[in-house]
Amino acid sequence: MIEIKNLHATVDGKEILKGIDLTINPGEVHAIMGPNGSGKSTLSYVLAGRDGYEITEGSVRFFGKDLLEMEPEERAAAGLFLAFQYPVEIPGVANTTFLKSALNAIRKQRGEPELDAMQFLKLVREKTKALNMTDEMLKRAVNVGFSGGEKKRNETLQMAVLQPKFAILDETDSGLDIDALKIVAEGVNALRSPERSMLVITHYQRLLDYIVPDHVHVLAFGKIQRSGGKELALELEKNGYAEFGVNEAA
Amino acid sequence: MATTTLTKAPRGYDPAAAKPFLEQLQRVKDGLPGATLSWLNDLRSQGHDRFAALGLPTVKNESWRYTNLRALDKLAFQPATDAGEAVRFDVLPTVRAEGTTGPRLVFVDGRFRAELSSTAGLPAGVELLNLADALARKPDLVAEHLGRIAAPDDQPLVALNTAFLADGPVLHVPRGVTVDETIELVFVSVGTEAQPTAFHPRGLIVAEADSRAVIVEHHVGLGSCTTLSNGVTEAFVGAGASVHHYKVQREHAEAFHLSHTAAKVAGKGVYDNFILTIGAKLSRNEVNSVLDGEEGDTHVSGAYMVRGGQHVDTTTFIDHAKPCCTSREVYKGVIDDQARAVFQGKIIVRPDAQKTDGYQQNRALLLSDTAEIDAKPELEIYADDVKCSHGATVGELDDDQLFYLRARGIDKDTARGLLIGAFLSEALEEIAEESVRDAFQSYVANWQNAR
Repeated sequence: MIEIKNLHATVDGKEILKGIDLTINPGEVHAIMGPNGSGKSTLSYVLAGRDGYEITEGSVRFFGKDLLEMEPEERAAAGLFLAFQYPVEIPGVANTTFLKSALNAIRKQRGEPELDAMQFLKLVREKTKALNMTDEMLKRAVNVGFSGGEKKRNETLQMAVLQPKFAILDETDSGLDIDALKIVAEGVNALRSPERSMLVITHYQRLLDYIVPDHVHVLAFGKIQRSGGKELALELEKNGYAEFGVNEAA
Repeated sequence: MATTTLTKAPRGYDPAAAKPFLEQLQRVKDGLPGATLSWLNDLRSQGHDRFAALGLPTVKNESWRYTNLRALDKLAFQPATDAGEAVRFDVLPTVRAEGTTGPRLVFVDGRFRAELSSTAGLPAGVELLNLADALARKPDLVAEHLGRIAAPDDQPLVALNTAFLADGPVLHVPRGVTVDETIELVFVSVGTEAQPTAFHPRGLIVAEADSRAVIVEHHVGLGSCTTLSNGVTEAFVGAGASVHHYKVQREHAEAFHLSHTAAKVAGKGVYDNFILTIGAKLSRNEVNSVLDGEEGDTHVSGAYMVRGGQHVDTTTFIDHAKPCCTSREVYKGVIDDQARAVFQGKIIVRPDAQKTDGYQQNRALLLSDTAEIDAKPELEIYADDVKCSHGATVGELDDDQLFYLRARGIDKDTARGLLIGAFLSEALEEIAEESVRDAFQSYVANWQNAR
């Protein structure tokens, strides 16, 4: 599904990613763990196509196509989704308007018929109910006045509506209490399927209690230092990142 | 302020620029309506004399520092004639639901077009007339109010308009009457191929105590001839009355649109003004509102969207003359390409006007590196127990917001459009009438799509 080879990226001339290699097959859930400043968010932004990141070496193939050549909206239409660590607030744009525009933009790019207002409302009501979200949250402006938990639920709702093939969850656990974490994790787990893959980026093991990965990778100093199964997360929880030369005061 | 005859214009005016306009006036003045009314002739003479003395304002005049009218000088505008018969309209602009009609006056190049107008649906006692008819049928009403709020003294364009006083809408709502139907005033600029055409529509709104009316002005252009609309509207808002006065200006690319709206609000009266500016090569909207009775309320807001080489100027003046009044101003603008915007907002709180609550904000979004805004908020406060705040910001589209939308599959242009619409929506929310707000929002959307 996605094949990252020797990916190097710089921000403001500083090299952050120093040769990432990662292949994710359909249905797999991979976790990337790492200390702060290791390049986790940079990787997610590079994959989603944010401006300001210069790719100096390497390649990313997404369903066989060159992902790095695509505009952010083309990546979304091709099935890539980034659940943001810090979802932005957009005053003046109602959440429903945004969701409908996004869904129909993606359907249009894929050559599928757009949904009318009634069809869309039916779909979105169904999804919000599952995520314990109120109609009122749909009427409000995108993320404006949302708590940390509501913002993450809103990200999960978008994922549920847009049905991506590959979802990157960038530190979805940050700023969430345990109840919100459970709701979001349940929402994410409901989306797991043999056709859909996920890349869960996290600092702590906690989230992985709820979203159990197939593979765990340790990212430090811009490179994947070690890969393993879900037990690697538990090991990191116990020992921290010290063995990778990172000194973190827990 | 008493009118004085000046032999020499004060600094900041160019009396020589008056000449071509006054020469034209000589040619049309015998045809102006109400020539037998001496008060009207006096008013016109007053306008003539003031304009002759002042001429056009120049950039040396503080209030015109950012808007240059020199182009008017060179274009040698000729007054509009009744050549409008050839103009056909498929659809006149409206904020009404499709298939419905209501009271409407239509003016083409400043001249009333009875066959396109209708006063159906107005309650008994409400008068909606063009000025020429009003002068014939209700001369006392017009005499009592016309020229009483928009004084030509230090306003050369008001003086020019007054000198040419010929036609425009007159609305009279008697005491205690509520007009449920929205009154639409349609001003169409057409001009002629032969020469630049000028017209000076003069509007009068008289809302007696405890009455209510909603008025929407549409200013649209047909064709691409050079036109100058120099309009003046006076609004008298009686005690406890409310006047909601909305305007959209969508004139063509060769249009010059100058407009002065002056309101006087009596105790507990409400004057609510919103102007959406999209069209014209150069436009300036001046809105003055005097809170002349206790507990009066005025909302003076607007939005503008300009691109190419357009120039748009919003100049407001809120005069808190009496205690316990509130004023609110929310202006938002989007400026693209090499377009330029000016915002000047002055609030005066007079010594008597204790317990004033004034609020003004002006925010602009620059979409290109060459777009420009000059913003000049001015507060003059002479009372001590007042609440008065203002804010002005200039920004660009937020990259984080843009990326967020694009990461969800929305293409760059659509994402920009959504963010621009969101930015302006804060101003459009100030429009209390839903049908008007919806219509104006669709004009905003069309602007973005026209790119």
